[in-house]
Amino acid sequence: MEKTNHSQQLNLFEDISDLQLLNLTKFQLFLYKLIHFFKGIPGLLVSLFKTIGKLLKGLFTWIGNDLADIVKTFKDGDFKTKLSYLIMGFGSLTRGQILRGLLFLIFEVVFIVYMITAGGHWLGKLGTLGTQLPGTVYDPKLDTYVRVDGDDSFKCLLYGVLTIMFILCFIYTWRMNVKQNKDAEELLRAGKKLKTAKDDVSSLLDDQFHKTLLALPLTGITLFTVFPILFMILVAFTNYDGAHDGYSNLFTWVGLENFNTLFSMNTSSGNMSFAFGEILSWTLIWAFFATFTNYFLGMFVAIMINKKGIKFKKLWRGILVLTSAVPQFISLLYVSKMFAANGMVNGLLINQGLISDLSHIIRFWEDKTLARIMVIVINIWIGIPYLMLITTGILMNIPADLYESARIDGANAVQQFFKITLPYMLFVTGPYLLTSFIGNINNFNVIFLLSGGGPNNIKLSTAAGTAGDTDLLVTWLFKITTNEGSKYYLASVIGIMIFVVVSTIALIVYNVIPSTRNEEDYS
Amino acid sequence: MNENKKHMGLKAKERLSNTVIYAILIVMSIVWLIPFVFLVFESFRVESTYQVGYVIPKQFGFDNYINLFTKTDFPIWFKNTLVIGLFVSVIQTVIVLCMSYTLSRLRFKGRKGLMNIMLVLGFFPGFLSLVILYKVLSWLNLTSANSVPGLILVYVASSGMGYYVSKGFFDTISRSLDEAARVDGATRFQVFTKVIMPLSKPIVIYTILTAFMGPWGDFMLAKYVSHATSAGMNVAVGLQTMISTPASLAANYTMFCAGGVVVAIPITILFMCLQKYYVEGVTGGAVKG
Repeated sequence: MEKTNHSQQLNLFEDISDLQLLNLTKFQLFLYKLIHFFKGIPGLLVSLFKTIGKLLKGLFTWIGNDLADIVKTFKDGDFKTKLSYLIMGFGSLTRGQILRGLLFLIFEVVFIVYMITAGGHWLGKLGTLGTQLPGTVYDPKLDTYVRVDGDDSFKCLLYGVLTIMFILCFIYTWRMNVKQNKDAEELLRAGKKLKTAKDDVSSLLDDQFHKTLLALPLTGITLFTVFPILFMILVAFTNYDGAHDGYSNLFTWVGLENFNTLFSMNTSSGNMSFAFGEILSWTLIWAFFATFTNYFLGMFVAIMINKKGIKFKKLWRGILVLTSAVPQFISLLYVSKMFAANGMVNGLLINQGLISDLSHIIRFWEDKTLARIMVIVINIWIGIPYLMLITTGILMNIPADLYESARIDGANAVQQFFKITLPYMLFVTGPYLLTSFIGNINNFNVIFLLSGGGPNNIKLSTAAGTAGDTDLLVTWLFKITTNEGSKYYLASVIGIMIFVVVSTIALIVYNVIPSTRNEEDYS
Repeated sequence: MNENKKHMGLKAKERLSNTVIYAILIVMSIVWLIPFVFLVFESFRVESTYQVGYVIPKQFGFDNYINLFTKTDFPIWFKNTLVIGLFVSVIQTVIVLCMSYTLSRLRFKGRKGLMNIMLVLGFFPGFLSLVILYKVLSWLNLTSANSVPGLILVYVASSGMGYYVSKGFFDTISRSLDEAARVDGATRFQVFTKVIMPLSKPIVIYTILTAFMGPWGDFMLAKYVSHATSAGMNVAVGLQTMISTPASLAANYTMFCAGGVVVAIPITILFMCLQKYYVEGVTGGAVKG
């Protein structure tokens, strides 16, 4: 207790020495970090640019060193190594590492064949995304008009990007091939044996086991997450939409125009920047309330059930958990209809005489403020059981003697909560709060199934389609791609903006929340 | 005397606070259960297919259930979702375990970097990639009526990103186990299969359970890929289209309730049976983020 009193006298707005920092409670430390984060924003920006500079410098030195190493290996190497620069795997093959050598060689052949037959073609189209519409062109040789299949901008972009990825992959493999030669030469010079094919295979279950385990997951992630994201980032710089679908009407690069559209006031396509600003701010408000109402109320419920002397603990928990077992879409759709204008709630109110007639029914989903409150409240209903589960486990981990000594010191329940429970919870669940906040920014299901983004707001409706008062950026994005006109380029720009928003928040939080990311702590 | 009074006061206070808590818990239980009770009642209502202002049906019957199975594509949606769920639960579990085990217990160059990349990838809205994935799937003829294999592919392909919870679990297993086995001459593969896996039953069950339940609730992706073709829908999309317009709502509302009950029962039973593992996973996952 004395410690706490001492540290309370400190001014958290001033710099505190390391020794004094040790005396702070976790909660004070959290506050201190928060305050100093915001005080340090200008410094942070400076250091951000410095870091970028450092990274760039590091990148160039790395490339320089790598090139120097490649040249040196070539100079020092024997003819096998030298020839490997042209014929990949030659060194391995002639040194008896047949399997490795063959794999390198096959990869090189496949790469060359691909580049000649298709890669070059797609690479050439990447600059324009296609020039030829389907139709008939005049063929001077035949002196007649012949039908041609037009270019497909979508394919040009897709295969163009894939080709670039393939080339990078080739460069990496080539570099590996050079390094292998260098290593093999060094080993032989030292009089050691090279690894046989059998060694290579068995090492995949031992030293190189991580490669075996990661091969499948990482291939999936590269093809189905990384590549689509790269592709969609590029789409933000094109005019790809329903009218420019790529094959009946080509699309092409437009530079930063789409970002201009989003940020310029009163363009011909409606007030896009206003709509974006409104929807973004509601998204943040929603994410804040959705995260913290669930968090604190869930914790509150968990504490109540955990309290000594409360009976039927299993029953209370069971009831709540039972409701979270029902697939969310059922609960959401049902509750949404329950509160509809002619739904169960209004019907019951009329039948009980609480509402006189149909003209007085409560239109839960048709008023901006009411609809917003509704989605937050129903989200609490959805989220509390889950949060209750999480917090119950953590609450049980708080050492009981902490509470015991607090009680002896005369702390009441409220003080115990603010001095012990809350700081502990915040400390342990910090990263969870961040993930949950990000999850709520992109919480498609709750909004789409409850309110569908409505009520529609004319002010938010642009050339990209309509939007409503409870629309989040992500449901807006969905509407833009599925509405008539399908402005994919705009959806991409908004997707990038979501990324910017989320990573800014993550950056702030990572700097403030005490780290629990130390993996070894739990071993 | 005074002591005793104080003691009594504390006790009375305690009793009061417990009463308040019981009251809150009872009210909460009612609020949490009511929609589901309503749902079940409405699913047995015969006299009107539309929303009404009372809870207990005037005429009970199985009409909605019979109609659901004979007059709609519900059996197809249910089968689709079940097939997706089964495939996804197996493949996704393998992928997630590989990923999380590697990141948790093996040390190799680029491990931290890999984890940071995953973190940053997670900042992009997943929906963004759907436009291109849909296009590619439609070239492969894996959309609309064929969307089941397409959906399985998309669900499992990126499932390695969700390694956090099970990595948290592997982090808690003492490293000395690995070291002892390594000293005895076990390869890393043998450590994985013979030492760690037998200890990992809770997290394996948790991963299977969540992987199986995911497709039952997925709405956005399934809606996009099935592209308004009834034969390719899952239960979520199917039941939502059933009541998406005012006219269809009036005709199908009670049938939708019946569908909700039919979907909720097996999932809830499964969930209750494996609840222990679910709770362990959720709690552990949140602690380690």
